Amino acid sequence: MTESNVSTGIWDAIWEFFASIRLTIILLFSLAVTSIIGTLIPQNKPPMEYLQAFGEFRFRLFNALDFFDMYRSWWFQLLIVLLVLNIIICSLERLSALSKILFVKNPKIKPSRFRKANNKIVFDTDDSSATLQKRYASILKRGFTYYKTETIDNGLWLYAEKWRWTRIGVYVVHLSIVMLLIGSLVGSILGFEGFVNIPEQESTNRIFLRSNGQAFQLPFEVRCEDFNVSFYDNGAPKEFRSRLVIIENGQTVVEKDIIVNDPLRYRGINFFQSSYGKLDAPQNHAADETPPESLDLRVIDKASGAAHDFTTRIGERQAIPGGKGEFKVLAFQPHLTFGGQDIGAGLQVEVTLTGKAPETILLPLHFPNFDKMRGGALFFTVTGQKRRDFSPTEKSERYYTGLQVTKDPGVPLVYAGFITMLVGFVISFFMSHQMVAIEITSRGSGSRISVSGASSRNKLGMDRKIERLSAQLQKS
Amino acid sequence: MNSSSILSIITFVYGAAVFLYLVELVFKKSLAGRIATVVTIIAFVGNTTGLVMRWVESYQLGFGHAPLSNLYESLVFFAWSIALLYIFIEWKYKNRVFGTLSTALACCAMAYASLKPDQIQPLIPALKSNWLIAHVFTCFIGYASFAIAFGISLLYLLRRFGGPAMLDRLPADNLLDELTHQLVMFGFIFLSAGIITGSVWANSAWGRYWGWDPKETWSLITWFVYAGLLHARFMRGWQGTRIAVLSIVGFLAVLFTYFGVNYLPGLHSYGAPS
Ligand code: HEM
Repeated sequence: MTESNVSTGIWDAIWEFFASIRLTIILLFSLAVTSIIGTLIPQNKPPMEYLQAFGEFRFRLFNALDFFDMYRSWWFQLLIVLLVLNIIICSLERLSALSKILFVKNPKIKPSRFRKANNKIVFDTDDSSATLQKRYASILKRGFTYYKTETIDNGLWLYAEKWRWTRIGVYVVHLSIVMLLIGSLVGSILGFEGFVNIPEQESTNRIFLRSNGQAFQLPFEVRCEDFNVSFYDNGAPKEFRSRLVIIENGQTVVEKDIIVNDPLRYRGINFFQSSYGKLDAPQNHAADETPPESLDLRVIDKASGAAHDFTTRIGERQAIPGGKGEFKVLAFQPHLTFGGQDIGAGLQVEVTLTGKAPETILLPLHFPNFDKMRGGALFFTVTGQKRRDFSPTEKSERYYTGLQVTKDPGVPLVYAGFITMLVGFVISFFMSHQMVAIEITSRGSGSRISVSGASSRNKLGMDRKIERLSAQLQKS
Repeated sequence: MNSSSILSIITFVYGAAVFLYLVELVFKKSLAGRIATVVTIIAFVGNTTGLVMRWVESYQLGFGHAPLSNLYESLVFFAWSIALLYIFIEWKYKNRVFGTLSTALACCAMAYASLKPDQIQPLIPALKSNWLIAHVFTCFIGYASFAIAFGISLLYLLRRFGGPAMLDRLPADNLLDELTHQLVMFGFIFLSAGIITGSVWANSAWGRYWGWDPKETWSLITWFVYAGLLHARFMRGWQGTRIAVLSIVGFLAVLFTYFGVNYLPGLHSYGAPS
């Protein structure tokens, strides 16, 4: 064997490997099965969490297999690349054969194909072939786009077909998949995904990338004029709204209110409402910054409802009547946090019930019923404080808006791929290249008629069509 | 009478249809079959009415939105889609043998819905999008189609591997096979449209059309399974048992996408275990 023979042998083998539908089926099911992994293992969490959840051995194994960021792993991407090569090579191989069918001016009638068709229906009539030809031609021309007649094997053949072009339907679908994958590639190379928090009345041109947390400079400034959140009566959020202004070279160029599902787009960069928060220093609650003059506390026995009032100071031990135990205020704090939220000023109190270990509880000044949630036998509350409404709609507070900032030049290609795919489905699932042939042979003074058909898809549909057509011909 | 009470009555109407179709199948009473058809149509009309009323009620509460926004509503819509598709199949194939199974699926969906909270809730900001309506609508038409294909595949396998004699009344194997195939194709288009509208929605709400969150990923897994089925059939001529098995696997993936994913971490809040 010569060298070039060997190399064409290898190329042929590679080509054949990619041209096989078996590969497609294997790849599709492999993708289905491997995709499950990433839904069972939460992706892209800090390594410590995985180490805790899985233990050292499995952590190392899974890490080596890229299970913690699997959709970007080399092996998953490889499966996708193989799929693309598979589609492209398969389609190329088919297309050259297909073009021979698609672009013939004068399709050849293969008598054997129609004579052997399972759906063939034969009947006799008294009319001569000449009158039949005229009558049948008008019927065929009505239902099909192409019609011709020919004499083959001593018979007269009428042939009609339509929708030849629908044979490309599958390739339209396959093309759409290639478009989607190229579109996503374009996005991942030329685009970015980042976020930024902007306090009301402030502007910035620096955002942070999600992938690595690094700062990224925008070619213009974005300013948050105002942020508002509103709630339904049941407490669920109703709307998050930020008034954004784009400032380019010191000029205001765009101004828009964005809400979830209605972003601001400017020069290919999109701003999405994604979160919000309160700024740390509430300006006009200076009162909260200093401890109240006197600490007035009430202790209520949940079972009996008995209440006892105390006036105390930080660090002073107080006995609870009835020998139930004792408590002391450890500290005053201008900002207590609970569940990640600032609940305003409050006290830290150490409670020691008789026979139990000391426990530290939080008593926010503005939420008198807060300690009830703890579910203890005794509940504590701070008295002598006005309850303040902490509704976040209160405009005296300052907010920041959390924006998702993205650029993805691949999106138009991806969307074009979506549309192409749906069009391709309709063509390849609901339409087919339909061919019918009628053979007329003379029998004495009359004729014998054979009707049969073929189609690129939906054989049952064609069978039914032939039944209907021959019934129509017999009646005509 | 409000939509919830109408819908809970409809559950029983579907139940009655199941019974009547079964009577026809077992005792070959065609009268029972004809009544079953009428009962199914009544149930479908009632189901439609319930959905429309719920839509109207949400406007009366002051935050009107299409009744496709939580697990309860999606289950009711699922039942509606199954009934619609089944009525079409019965009409097209002039055959009632799939009646028991399809109405039973619809009845199950309704019964399961009745266990879920049925208050009409206002929409949270992320759900306020017309894409959401298109997304849920297309997904559930697809799921309904896969559900019926699943039922037919199950019957096919049962008969194949020695089920009860009444299964002999089912149409010939090749018709079952063809119907499964048609339903899978139809469902596949709607599943694809569902994934597409979902992506467009995600892109308008979060600025990314695909994020590999578990629900998205599972819908893609489902898509891969059915794409595999279609290629095996188109190109390698798979038929019968193997296609039936794949159609069952595909529907299990649908169920997992719909319910199972809520037990995994992710964004889609539909019907979190409650
Ligand atoms: C997901 C990625 C896909 C891959 C890798 C893929 C690959 C292939 C391959 C290799 C073939 C055989 C070669 C050929 O006839 O050109 C094929 C055929 C086919 N594919 Fe796909 N395909 C994919 C998606 C789809 C989808 C989503 C559909 C829509 C249901 C589809 C429908 C078809 C059909 C109908 C055929 C038969 C073509 C014929 O009869 O000539 N494909 N596919």
